[in-house]
Amino acid sequence: MSIAVSSPPRRRSTRLLPGFRLSLGFTVIYLSLIVLIPLTALILRPWELGVAGVWGVVTSPRVVAALKLSFGASAIAAAINAVMGLIVAWVLVRMQFPGRRLLDAIIDLPFALPTAVAGIALTALYAPNGPIGLWLAEFGIRAAYSPLGVVIALTFVGFPFVVRAVQPVLEDLDAGLEEAAFTLGANSWQRTWMVVLPAIRPALITGVSLAFARAVGEYGSVIFIAGNLPLRTEIAPLLIVVRLEEYDYAGAAAVGLAMLSLSFLILLAVNGLQRLMATPGAGR
Amino acid sequence: MSEKSIGRPSPILLGIGVAYVAVLILLPMGMVFVEAFRRGPAEYLDIFAHSDTWSAIRLTLLVAAIAVPLNAVFGVAAAWAVTKFDFPGKGLLLTLIDLPFSVSPVISGLVWVLLFGASGWLAGPMTSANVQILFAVPGLVLATLFITLPFVARELIPLMQEQGADEEEAAITLGAGGFRTFFMVTLPNIKWALLYGVLLCNARAMGEFGAVSVVSGHIRGQTNTLPLHVEILYNEYNFVGAFATATILAGLAIVTLVIKSGLEWRFAGELSASRRH
Repeated sequence: MSIAVSSPPRRRSTRLLPGFRLSLGFTVIYLSLIVLIPLTALILRPWELGVAGVWGVVTSPRVVAALKLSFGASAIAAAINAVMGLIVAWVLVRMQFPGRRLLDAIIDLPFALPTAVAGIALTALYAPNGPIGLWLAEFGIRAAYSPLGVVIALTFVGFPFVVRAVQPVLEDLDAGLEEAAFTLGANSWQRTWMVVLPAIRPALITGVSLAFARAVGEYGSVIFIAGNLPLRTEIAPLLIVVRLEEYDYAGAAAVGLAMLSLSFLILLAVNGLQRLMATPGAGR
Repeated sequence: MSEKSIGRPSPILLGIGVAYVAVLILLPMGMVFVEAFRRGPAEYLDIFAHSDTWSAIRLTLLVAAIAVPLNAVFGVAAAWAVTKFDFPGKGLLLTLIDLPFSVSPVISGLVWVLLFGASGWLAGPMTSANVQILFAVPGLVLATLFITLPFVARELIPLMQEQGADEEEAAITLGAGGFRTFFMVTLPNIKWALLYGVLLCNARAMGEFGAVSVVSGHIRGQTNTLPLHVEILYNEYNFVGAFATATILAGLAIVTLVIKSGLEWRFAGELSASRRH
């Protein structure tokens, strides 16, 4: 103990406390066993097929269609949630109304509700004989067992991410800025677009990215409502399951690796875009 | 326009927001119970007369009872290492802890099949040791561990970062041992955030579908957790049974949200900054 107490102040916070080796060692070993070694298998095993083989798998029409559907529907769902999440977060932070706390709690339901339950419930609701499905059918719209059904399920699972990312930033937003803009003659749209939106944009992008990432990998809530027709309503995670059921492990791993790589590239692009917009003057 | 109304949204926005949440979230939730009771309470209660339902409940509880404490211990250890010490590679470690959140549940199951499946890297040693991983409890636990790994760590790290190390350093300086310091100083400071993380981790562990679906093998009465049992009943066109079983999981979700909201309101100051609504 005496050594620790007499050590110079600058090193105090780094090594005074015990348990550094124990906690870091345990963390690294646990993380390696549960996450890193298994993911290494995902990264290495597709190449059993050879480079040409992997390329053949990921460019086959069925895989391309599945990836297009997963990423496309996720992008549409994320865009819907960007707008609606912003509105709901705005309402929750800026308005006082009876049931506000209840509404706030309900936002998290898609996080808490097991995806299989969400999946069968959405299907019952949007199926051609379901309450909303019947109504949509009158307009000639088929929701369940179509790409639209995939978008609905992905909108459901992604919604809380946007609200929860934007909400704390909106709460901390300095009201003085908006008041200043008001004093300078800005109308409510100008205040929203030129004062509020730039301030919450990083959080909004974060929330939308999280919703998108979650949607790309989503399985349980989608497979019931999608109809799962190859080339049309088959999502990429389902195709992995199909490959596994055919004992095509390397093929399944190749589809998984393609999904992860695409997600990673999109994440990089979003980060780059965010940095570009954060540079002074570029945000106008 | 008075100064007070600056930044106040119009009631139209409130209407749009409430309607959206009602249609997107509440209607499906209500649908679970409507479908479950479609043929009356007797048929609803019928699921509780089946042994398959009870073995699914038991398996779900067992998997969560193993996976959640392990990831809670991991979360505490990781948070201690990351927030009390400086070391190179900390950013990378934080990214890796978050990684399971951005990996598809199906991939979280697939990786274990790649390791322990028929042509898996570790299939040989496991067969010779006569240990069954896939299509058995260990596989379900591993897939659940992967998918729920970040929950506790993510709650604790921002909070312990805010709290700093001053109190622990004082305790150590006064002569307390490492474990005594942890249990007497750190744990009381983080207990509500820890409970919050465990709550979310547990909800996900019990409700996880995609990851366990890949490793389970769907053996009725043996390797079916509750969410997998819902799927089997649904695919057998036993809709009342599927939705009735789903009400157990929906009930779990509601209880989780009630406790979560309670923690947020009652102990706002003791949860990390992002949880104080």
